[in-house]
Amino acid sequence: MADWTDASSIEASLRDAGYLADARTAQVVYLAEQLGKPILAEGPAGVGKTALALAVAQATGRRLVRLQCYEGLDEGKALYEWNYHKQLLRLQTDEGRRWDELEGDIFTEDFLLQRPLLDAIRSPEPVVLLIDEVDRVEVETEALLLEVLDAFQVTIPELGTMTARTRPFVVLTSNNSRELSEALKRRCLFLHIGYPTVERERDILLTRVPELPEEMAKRVAEVVAAIRNVAVRKAPSVSESIDWARTLLALAVQHVDGQITADTLHVLLKYQADIDKVSRELELQPAEG
Amino acid sequence: MLIGLTDFADELREIGIPVSMVEVLDAADALRHVDLGDRVAVHAALAATMVKNARHQDAFDLAYDVFFGLRPAPVASQPSDIGSPTAQTQQASGGGANPSDISDLFEALVGALAAGDQSAVSALARQAVDRLSGFQPGRPVGGRYYLYRVMHRLDVDRLRGRLVEGMADVGDDDDLAGRLAVETANRQIERFRSQVEAEILRRLVDDRGPEAVSQTLRQPLVEDLDLMHATREELAQISHRIAPLARKLASRMSARRRRGHHGRLDVRRTIRRSLAHGGALVDPQWKPRRINKPELVLLCDVSGSMATFARFTMQLTYAIGHQFSNVRAFSFIDGIDEVTRFFGPGEDFDDAMLRMAQEASLIRQDGHSDYGAALKRFCDEFFDAVTPRSTVIVTGDARNNYRSTGEDVLARIGDRARALLWINPEAKRYWDTGDSVMSRYSPLCDGVFEVRTLRQLERFVERVALSRVKGLVPQP
Repeated sequence: MADWTDASSIEASLRDAGYLADARTAQVVYLAEQLGKPILAEGPAGVGKTALALAVAQATGRRLVRLQCYEGLDEGKALYEWNYHKQLLRLQTDEGRRWDELEGDIFTEDFLLQRPLLDAIRSPEPVVLLIDEVDRVEVETEALLLEVLDAFQVTIPELGTMTARTRPFVVLTSNNSRELSEALKRRCLFLHIGYPTVERERDILLTRVPELPEEMAKRVAEVVAAIRNVAVRKAPSVSESIDWARTLLALAVQHVDGQITADTLHVLLKYQADIDKVSRELELQPAEG
Repeated sequence: MLIGLTDFADELREIGIPVSMVEVLDAADALRHVDLGDRVAVHAALAATMVKNARHQDAFDLAYDVFFGLRPAPVASQPSDIGSPTAQTQQASGGGANPSDISDLFEALVGALAAGDQSAVSALARQAVDRLSGFQPGRPVGGRYYLYRVMHRLDVDRLRGRLVEGMADVGDDDDLAGRLAVETANRQIERFRSQVEAEILRRLVDDRGPEAVSQTLRQPLVEDLDLMHATREELAQISHRIAPLARKLASRMSARRRRGHHGRLDVRRTIRRSLAHGGALVDPQWKPRRINKPELVLLCDVSGSMATFARFTMQLTYAIGHQFSNVRAFSFIDGIDEVTRFFGPGEDFDDAMLRMAQEASLIRQDGHSDYGAALKRFCDEFFDAVTPRSTVIVTGDARNNYRSTGEDVLARIGDRARALLWINPEAKRYWDTGDSVMSRYSPLCDGVFEVRTLRQLERFVERVALSRVKGLVPQP
């Protein structure tokens, strides 16, 4: 990250990685790097929270370690686990030795299965650690992350405390399905990523779908913005507007009018009720039949 | 700077944004790494370290503008415009600035907005405030008043019309293009409006100092808004918060179902097993866990006195309906009808409200709440909805228009259900005043809650999720 001297250089290098960060995002990434604090990115689905971590990894050439959270995630899946089978084999080959010798043998790093968090900490070269959808784990499991995020260390009772060899760049993402604990929030830099402005969405479309003519990218961004203004259950995300742009290209559409929008609305909206409502509000006429 | 920072943190806490000591230290730390002259950078640094909730963002931004953002006001760059005697006299004398004056401003604005020229737009915003707001130092009026004056004089509708016109010459004339042009114009006007707002704010701060301005602008956070008297925009904000709450309620209730593999000790089988070990109880046996599928029955008062709150409770119902499969929702005024079908998955909320109003038979007499009649009808027609596994939640203000209360019927529901809870959107001190008969109902319920704000609803959800057995709902 030698060239990450200020926010604008970060913006440029993320742009090279195909991620258009706004000034605020770039600034927070810069601070996270300077302060060595994790970023907690929050916002609706599909606005590029996960993509931010991917882009940082790509821009810095670091390895990405990903921990996908889900309800019921536990230590064994997040931190480390002892490799029981290997330990058992070791015991069997060593029959006849004294226990205290053996015990020292089988609880060593050789028998440790590293899970993402430990992996990120023990990696010899710095990595980008992505903890995805952290709001899915239970409050109790959150506590597990605290030690890692705070001191970048993991305590294994049999081995002692393992501290980070290098400091990982950490990104946590949350869809805000529940309130995260104060303790976790306090340790992070908070970054809310919302829907982009029309201009930025146009630029994103042009970056991600290079074949798209500029005029059409602007149109797509405007239509999507108009749809987001309608109170729908699931507003179209950036990734969905990219899908839509690709669809329009595949259909060799020259000009986006009401008709073609109505016919392809299902790419943007995932509920029939939403589709009906948007067609009504924007006065789109679908093709007959 | 540090002192400014702690003052700022105090102000944030005053608004209701929780800022811990550590976060203030983090903010100070972050500030060491940014260029203090760069507004965006400083704002990002403070926001990332001090605000940990997207809901508080707007309140933070406003407080930030008042405290830091606007202090190095660009007044210095244009000393001739603002604050100079000529400008003052011009404002004073030309309070009703003559129309020809406005038209050049208007044209310049149309040009700048259409071209998307940001610096020109903010310069024009400054001019507009100079000429149109009639800003008077020391006058105790809020920023809204000046904003209204500026936007009103500029004639926003005409502005929008002109902007749309300008875009129409792009070439196409289908409906969508027209619609998009209007949307674009609205966005441009919004951008200008926020510039004007910022400019007015800056002058207010110059005039009265940040503390005083911050105090007058202070608005309750979303979670503290009174649900009974929320405006439409406030309700829209609130509705965004409801879905996560319903999800939380669902996940809490189902988490309890999953946790633990077995139920209570099966004494008979354990002793039977112990025979094989000479009577030692080495092999405990467990009863299979009783699967506790939560069922919810909602009874919502949707009468006139509850209008705003009813919209909110129906929204909650709607959100819950997407999370639980075992929900039955009923609305009542003086009649009662099941409305579950309107609020099922895949339905649009506004449609559902409309259909409820048109198709459900909620009114049998005169359209004023009648809890007695509604409860009685519920027992006559829908009593099978209540089972020993169901949690019944009644939402209503218990304002009964001095009619029969139907306590006996409510007691029957309470006896049958796992738990009977009551949410009252009125402040506790108004309960039992006038025609409110809350105290007649509360002894029959397992829990009675005042829910006037989202914060209180959140607390309610926590409690309901924690309550396991009838009678164990902690009283507030």
